[in-house]
Amino acid sequence: MIPVCALGEIHPGEAVRLDGEPPISVFNANGELYAIDDTCTHQDASLADGWLEGCLIECPLHASCFDLRTGEPTGPPAKVGVRTHEVVVQDGHVYVVVAPVPAVT
Amino acid sequence: MRTITVVGASIAGLSAARALRAQEFAGRIIVIGDETHEPYDRPPLSKGFLDGSASLDDITLSTPDDKLLDIDWRLGSKAAALDTSARAVVLETGERVVTDGVVLATGARAREMPGPAGVHTLRTLNDAIALKEALKQGGSLVVIGAGFIGAEVASTARQLGLDVTVVEALPTPMAGPLGTQMGQVCADLHRRNGVRLITGVPVAALLGDDRVRAVLLADGREIPADAVVVGIGAIPNVEWLRGSGLAIEGGVVTDARCVTTVPNVVAVGDCASAFNEHAGCVLRLEHWTSAVQQPKIAAAGLLGRTSVHAARFSVPYFWSDQYGSHLQFAGHRRDGDVAEIVEGSPDGPFAAVYRRDSRPVAVLAVDQPRVFGRWRRELASEGVLS
Repeated sequence: MIPVCALGEIHPGEAVRLDGEPPISVFNANGELYAIDDTCTHQDASLADGWLEGCLIECPLHASCFDLRTGEPTGPPAKVGVRTHEVVVQDGHVYVVVAPVPAVT
Repeated sequence: MRTITVVGASIAGLSAARALRAQEFAGRIIVIGDETHEPYDRPPLSKGFLDGSASLDDITLSTPDDKLLDIDWRLGSKAAALDTSARAVVLETGERVVTDGVVLATGARAREMPGPAGVHTLRTLNDAIALKEALKQGGSLVVIGAGFIGAEVASTARQLGLDVTVVEALPTPMAGPLGTQMGQVCADLHRRNGVRLITGVPVAALLGDDRVRAVLLADGREIPADAVVVGIGAIPNVEWLRGSGLAIEGGVVTDARCVTTVPNVVAVGDCASAFNEHAGCVLRLEHWTSAVQQPKIAAAGLLGRTSVHAARFSVPYFWSDQYGSHLQFAGHRRDGDVAEIVEGSPDGPFAAVYRRDSRPVAVLAVDQPRVFGRWRRELASEGVLS
């Protein structure tokens, strides 16, 4: 588990980015926390800088949309999804359980 | 409604088919497109596809999920008329496609300038393949028009090592969408990147017999050219709708829900002149984002559903990638609006906000996606402008 921040530090409609390799962002969608890979699969951009509306995040560069719940692209130009990660809240702190990197086929 | 026919198979048409299924339309969907290619993304045609970094596969829009949409594709078919009394789309072959509902998504085509071989426009995949081949020969390229297509082609050609001149009839490039002050920033972007920019002079003629050899300007100057790209705007593909009873003013006139003046006919994307609630007037927007967003609204309108749409749909939004920089613009600028730099400076990353009577109405940013996003949200929350 990777520690992210205190629960109160991720405000609704906002995101906290973890500068790892690859970077992961934790989003607060109306009180629910979701963690996904931060980099858009279309071109290099940080999804944490995008427009969060409901459970959809729109990439700040070319407007690709991803569903935070599944990581699936819901709007072009992206055609490949991002990984989702489990979010754990313990004693008022937010942690991320990083999902394994899928094998390259 | 048992059958819906989408006329146009680019991003707006494909988005319409996707939206109809997402909104649980279970009937038959027919998509008619005049190009033979599967739907592809046009923005990379002037950038990644042209410089070779993006393949045809990369720019193809269809995903494996699209197979589940169960669409009757009619690619390579051109619509010639809309017979609203008989509820039929008439194809150029004379075939009649009888339908209950129609989504008009026929887009626009490049405005041309007659000339010899070696004179290109850029709108379709075939245009891009031809231009890519021409740029491989190197030499000198003259781009006519410093709009988005012109600027992006100039940027790509420069990156590929060509000698590039951009000729713009207006005194300042992009003055229409961005205003003269910010248009000047775009002019500087060309010059800083080694592109010759000539403004305020119209083109008189394209010279050459078998092949283009030069562009003749109205002031008598001759600019040698191995190839020419004409980027002087687009014409909406609406001529085929004459006599259909649809109101046409530039594009097909619709209300804010993309509903036309004829029942069960909606229009989206470049061919539509839709009432825009943010701007408070009818706008024919050629933005990629409109072509993706309007179909969701139109599908609901056609199916008679009420739906709440994302707040970000309310504000017009476009971007352009040129010379390694990412330009973004949201809102609707009018003459008299005053632009003020709110972040950075115009010779580097910056953001500018346009105000009308002190109220923000638009934002432009270069390589400032985070600041841009903040202002775009602010504009969406401002509601309707008067």
